[in-house]
Amino acid sequence: MDGFLFNAIVYILAAIVCVPIAKRLGMGSVLGYLIAGILVGPYGFAFIQDESQGQDIMHSTEFGVVMMLFLIGLELEPKNLWKMRDMILKVGLSQVVATSGLIFGLGLILEIDWRVSLAAALSMALSSTAIVLQSLKEKNQMDTSTGKLSFGVLLLQDIAVIPILAILPLLAIAGSELSGSGHGGFLEHQPGWIQTLMIFVAIGVVILLGRFGFGPLLNWVSKTKLRELFTASALLIVVGIAFLMELVGLSPALGTFLAGVILANSPYTHALESDLDPFKGLLLGLFFMAVGATINFDLIFSDAINVFSITFGVILIKALVLGVIGKIRKLSLPDNLRFSVGLAQVSEFSFVTYAFALQLGILTTTSSGILMAITALSMTFTPIFSLLLDKVILPSLERRNAKPKPEADRIDERNTVILVGFSHFGSTMGRFLRANGIEATVLDYDPDRVDFLRKMGFKVYFGDATRLDLLHAAGAENAKILISAIRSTETNKKLVELCQENFPHLEVMIRAKNRYEAFELMEMGVENIYREHLDTSIRMGQEALQKLGFRAHTVQRLAAQFRKYDEDSLKVLVKYRSNETEYISKIRKQIEIQETLLSGELSRKFSMNDSAWDSEQLKEETE
Amino acid sequence: MRKILVLFAHPKFEHSDANQALISAVKDLENVQVRDLYELYPDFNINIQAEQEALFEHEVIIWQHPFYWYSCPPLLKQWIDLVLEHGWAYGTGGVFLKNKYIFNAFTSGGSKEIYSSLGRNRYTIEEYLRPFEQTAYLCNMRYLPPFHLAGTHRSTESDILQKANEYRELILSLRDSSEISLPYIQKP
Repeated sequence: MDGFLFNAIVYILAAIVCVPIAKRLGMGSVLGYLIAGILVGPYGFAFIQDESQGQDIMHSTEFGVVMMLFLIGLELEPKNLWKMRDMILKVGLSQVVATSGLIFGLGLILEIDWRVSLAAALSMALSSTAIVLQSLKEKNQMDTSTGKLSFGVLLLQDIAVIPILAILPLLAIAGSELSGSGHGGFLEHQPGWIQTLMIFVAIGVVILLGRFGFGPLLNWVSKTKLRELFTASALLIVVGIAFLMELVGLSPALGTFLAGVILANSPYTHALESDLDPFKGLLLGLFFMAVGATINFDLIFSDAINVFSITFGVILIKALVLGVIGKIRKLSLPDNLRFSVGLAQVSEFSFVTYAFALQLGILTTTSSGILMAITALSMTFTPIFSLLLDKVILPSLERRNAKPKPEADRIDERNTVILVGFSHFGSTMGRFLRANGIEATVLDYDPDRVDFLRKMGFKVYFGDATRLDLLHAAGAENAKILISAIRSTETNKKLVELCQENFPHLEVMIRAKNRYEAFELMEMGVENIYREHLDTSIRMGQEALQKLGFRAHTVQRLAAQFRKYDEDSLKVLVKYRSNETEYISKIRKQIEIQETLLSGELSRKFSMNDSAWDSEQLKEETE
Repeated sequence: MRKILVLFAHPKFEHSDANQALISAVKDLENVQVRDLYELYPDFNINIQAEQEALFEHEVIIWQHPFYWYSCPPLLKQWIDLVLEHGWAYGTGGVFLKNKYIFNAFTSGGSKEIYSSLGRNRYTIEEYLRPFEQTAYLCNMRYLPPFHLAGTHRSTESDILQKANEYRELILSLRDSSEISLPYIQKP
């Protein structure tokens, strides 16, 4: 059972089986890949016989991390990065120093050789960029306060890689006269000042290339209109920078990140992103699987108590340090938990440092094996902890806090209109009503937005509109209309049920996402349903027709007709919804009707449906 | 040279050969401005300020429209309702239209003959146009005789072209002659 193709099949198949299951269970893709790796590894189905094979794959797929940082850089503009400098420095630096200090101290207490402790402590202080960013992106939390803080920490950790790699050889020297055979580049044998100089030169080269080199290159390539050539140049940029960075002994991830930031303003940002994204995804997936495959279960089980207690100890220390930082940074408790647990694993970078330390003779094979197992275990456990956090701890925390914290505001207004949801949709409508002297009692469930809008002088109340007591408090008994401008189908349906049961006099107006949600609401007996895209899309079509030379008033009439037919057809279709095949044929029929009704108007003929002002028959009969 | 304003109202202009011929005969003339009301205000939301400014700038005003149900299309009526404000067009301080010339230029499917006491429509064109005449009268304007393109359903292309030419000549003479010699009705 050998050969590249066979291996490829095994890996891909494992991923295809495990990742969707993991995602379905709400675990995120990272854990899915890890499990897939364990399954194909020597301790699972043993498709991959020995660990070194897994490690090979891991080293070659580490490049996924590099690409990921390039892509992240692309989404960050230098301006914004500069704004983050304070956070990156303070938060990131204190995290790295405090965590490695604690772990180092612990190592000394346990009477482990100080050099080993220091090497391990420095490596363990770093968190896995790949796992954290991947799951932040999956959960759409990049722009939240948790996401930003996490990103700041990760960024500094990437920078910290440079001094850590520089310190390790010193440790070896301090221990014995074993000379390291170098982790990279010819610079190893140069005196210190040359190394420093070269590092600055390399960074300068990246910045210059980013400013003046890549743009013209991409421009030139894109003129050929060959997509694969563009992809190739994108790869060239990333690989080239990574190579340059390795040459001077810098973190390739950091270099490509820098290049990404510089290219963020260029017109090619999106093209680069879409071209590199699949590579990044595949490489990262393989990387995580390789991590799974390299977990040495023999080693773990031979010393299970130690390995697990160290793993959890490290996770605990990391989480505690992060938690304190989060607290200082005034994260709310749920955000802080997400932040500190999310970053509590050991970085994939530690695989590199351990291997390096092993070469330098700081670590023995066994201890490096155990340390690597700890890293892999911590990578496996943190997604599980995050899962527990999201599914069990945070919900129960919210429930427990439900009484004191999201205490709904006391509402001291009595308006005839209750407006639920004050996002863009709701606020536009709220402004329109207000401009015409109708004040609505506004409810919203986003505390930040409520705060903000309050500051802007809007009377917005915090609270969950699907709670009966809140609706009572908002004066639903005396109101005439309840408008729901929220997006969630489920919430809308709950709201409708609540109103139908308790406030039958209330006229309910509901925003609906689409036709299908409208059907569900119709079946519940809601009469006033507003599909959110209907009017805008027709208006856009109207203006498009006008730009094509149609008469404005004609278009106005066509649009009004089209909308009416569309809404009418909905009322017919809803009756046939349960019967799938009939439903489809009905849709076809409705579309046909719509077309015949309107096409007469479009072809410059007086049609059957529009004999306004003039008709053929009228003409015949004229004297 | 007088400035001429054509206030054109046709809800289905793209289907009207007669009005297309009339409009294209005059739209490029110097000092003639055509305001296509249905194109400007498809939602009947008329910009009163802009309309009054246009009126103020011109000396001869033409209501051009098809004759529907013995009157003009609804947008032109809306225009009259909204633009000819009290205190601007008539009443105290309503002096801005004084001595301007105005008339109806309109098309009808029926022939001229049916607009008479003996014809199917029983009344003459002048009688049907009384509301317009009185509107102009109240605003102290000079109401000129109408321009009528009749029998559009039966007209041939050359008939229409000939009529369009007449329309153009009329407008040119209104624009260029030193004295307008046509009879008009004005409040004494």
